[in-house]
Amino acid sequence: MRKQLVLTLVLAVFVLAATACGADEAATPTAAGTETAAADPCAKDQLNLKTPGQLTIATDNPAFPPWFQDAEGAPWDPTTDPTKQGYEAAVAYGVADQMGFADDEVKWVVVPFDNVFKPGPKDFDFDINQVSYSPKRDEAVDFSDSYYDVEQAVVTLKSSKFAKATSLADLKDAKLGAQLGTTSYDAIVDTIQPSKDPNVYTTNNDAIRALKNGNIDGIVVDYPTSLYVTAVQVPNATAVGRLPAEGQEYFGLVFEKGNPLRDCVNQAIAKLREAGTLDEYAQKWIEGSAPPVLK
Amino acid sequence: MRAHGASGTRSTLIAVASTVVFAVVVVLVVSNSPGWPEVQRQFFNGEFFRESLRVIPKAFLLNVRIFLIAEVFILVFALLIAIVRSLPGPVFFPLRALAIVYADFFRGVPTILVIYLLGFGAPALQISGIPRGELFWGVVALVLVYSAYVSEVYRAGIDSVHPSQEAAARSLGLSQAKTMRYVIVPQAVRRVVPPLLNDFIGLQKDTALVALLGPVEAFRQSQIEVASNFNYTPYLVTAILFVLLTIPLARLTDWLVIRDRRRQLALGAAR
Repeated sequence: MRKQLVLTLVLAVFVLAATACGADEAATPTAAGTETAAADPCAKDQLNLKTPGQLTIATDNPAFPPWFQDAEGAPWDPTTDPTKQGYEAAVAYGVADQMGFADDEVKWVVVPFDNVFKPGPKDFDFDINQVSYSPKRDEAVDFSDSYYDVEQAVVTLKSSKFAKATSLADLKDAKLGAQLGTTSYDAIVDTIQPSKDPNVYTTNNDAIRALKNGNIDGIVVDYPTSLYVTAVQVPNATAVGRLPAEGQEYFGLVFEKGNPLRDCVNQAIAKLREAGTLDEYAQKWIEGSAPPVLK
Repeated sequence: MRAHGASGTRSTLIAVASTVVFAVVVVLVVSNSPGWPEVQRQFFNGEFFRESLRVIPKAFLLNVRIFLIAEVFILVFALLIAIVRSLPGPVFFPLRALAIVYADFFRGVPTILVIYLLGFGAPALQISGIPRGELFWGVVALVLVYSAYVSEVYRAGIDSVHPSQEAAARSLGLSQAKTMRYVIVPQAVRRVVPPLLNDFIGLQKDTALVALLGPVEAFRQSQIEVASNFNYTPYLVTAILFVLLTIPLARLTDWLVIRDRRRQLALGAAR
């Protein structure tokens, strides 16, 4: 059986090749933050930028209120002229201002949420798209310090029997849904721990559609998003309550792994926080009458 | 086996040598590419591979369930459409036209769109008595799309049965319906088993699209793992599971083809 012999040999070669790949365990060098001892490394002309003299910031399209909005309060398309309205827009221009950039030196690019974490170099200086920090995520990209501390909120239809839930236990039998890859989903699994497997959707809009259709009893979104959902997208829905913050969850700006620019941006964020500017932004764009925290 | 003796050994050696050279070149090119250490960490990570094996196979059972349920309905529904399309005579023109429009429409519209439109649209109508479940509508969408493909396969089978078969059956006194039932369809179905199974392999893969409506099947579960770890290895696990499900069906198809050919040869020899 010569044919078999050939086959066996061919297979053996491939197996060898495969194991060779596996064994090739190269140590990945992480770019050490090389800081020149000379001038202030955070001076505008010293920064590690994609395009010198210009701050390239990424977000998804469309960018939703209360994070970004156009002049009419509708979602903002980052390929159109910046309106500088919304919490994240305010933070982005606040950071840019602290680092010495004029408003017209800020350029926006569109990067879908999922692509922010793809391996390889990035086309942006940083991404601002409600990305929650987690230690595991931090292995793939670098995060800035918090520019917003997040809570999750449960949204149901007003007619739902879960609309009157006052504790986590009241939500045990609910069929819940959340967007893929969000900490909202983690909050369902880790905090609420419902008896029914949660549904997972590609976008928040799909989850909202399923909520309207009665396929699920409730969705979990971050609290600022729940404001927009109940006010605009599903007027007959209500935010039942917020979820106790598990540890410290916050949104951070996302950088290419090892980008020294992060330290300079962190300084800018710290200045904004100390001056109370971040709180002002939050008051202006996000806060409303908040529902209770469920325990 | 055309190769014998020395020339056979020689072609074996050439085959081995060229395979070795090919494999070495591929390995060198891939492992020396600047992004390889990163890709290896992101796509071929042993730790995440084992972690994924704990959750993804369980979610994969949903794919198998969707596939098995949809398959039964497709087999029946598609045959009905194919038969309707083969109805003779001007009386049946509206039915034939309907079957043609159906097949054209559902073969033309991307499956992902049918799933989205039906899965989110149909329950939104809020008609009482019609199920709202996302799995129900996901399966309905798959049945509609794949019945369009499979009905064409059946029709090809029906058309391939020689007209003399029908003429002979009718001359024996069988009615139109009985001719279809006892003469045409049995021969047609046997002929189209391989392309039929081919479509079902496609169906197996498209069960992943039902995830768009919310249920967590294998692909979605792997997306959840990928999103929470920022490591792409879970996709590899899901890919392997789908391949493992497909291989038995592919081999079954091969075996059926061979068996059929053997039978025909045996018949020819007996004559």
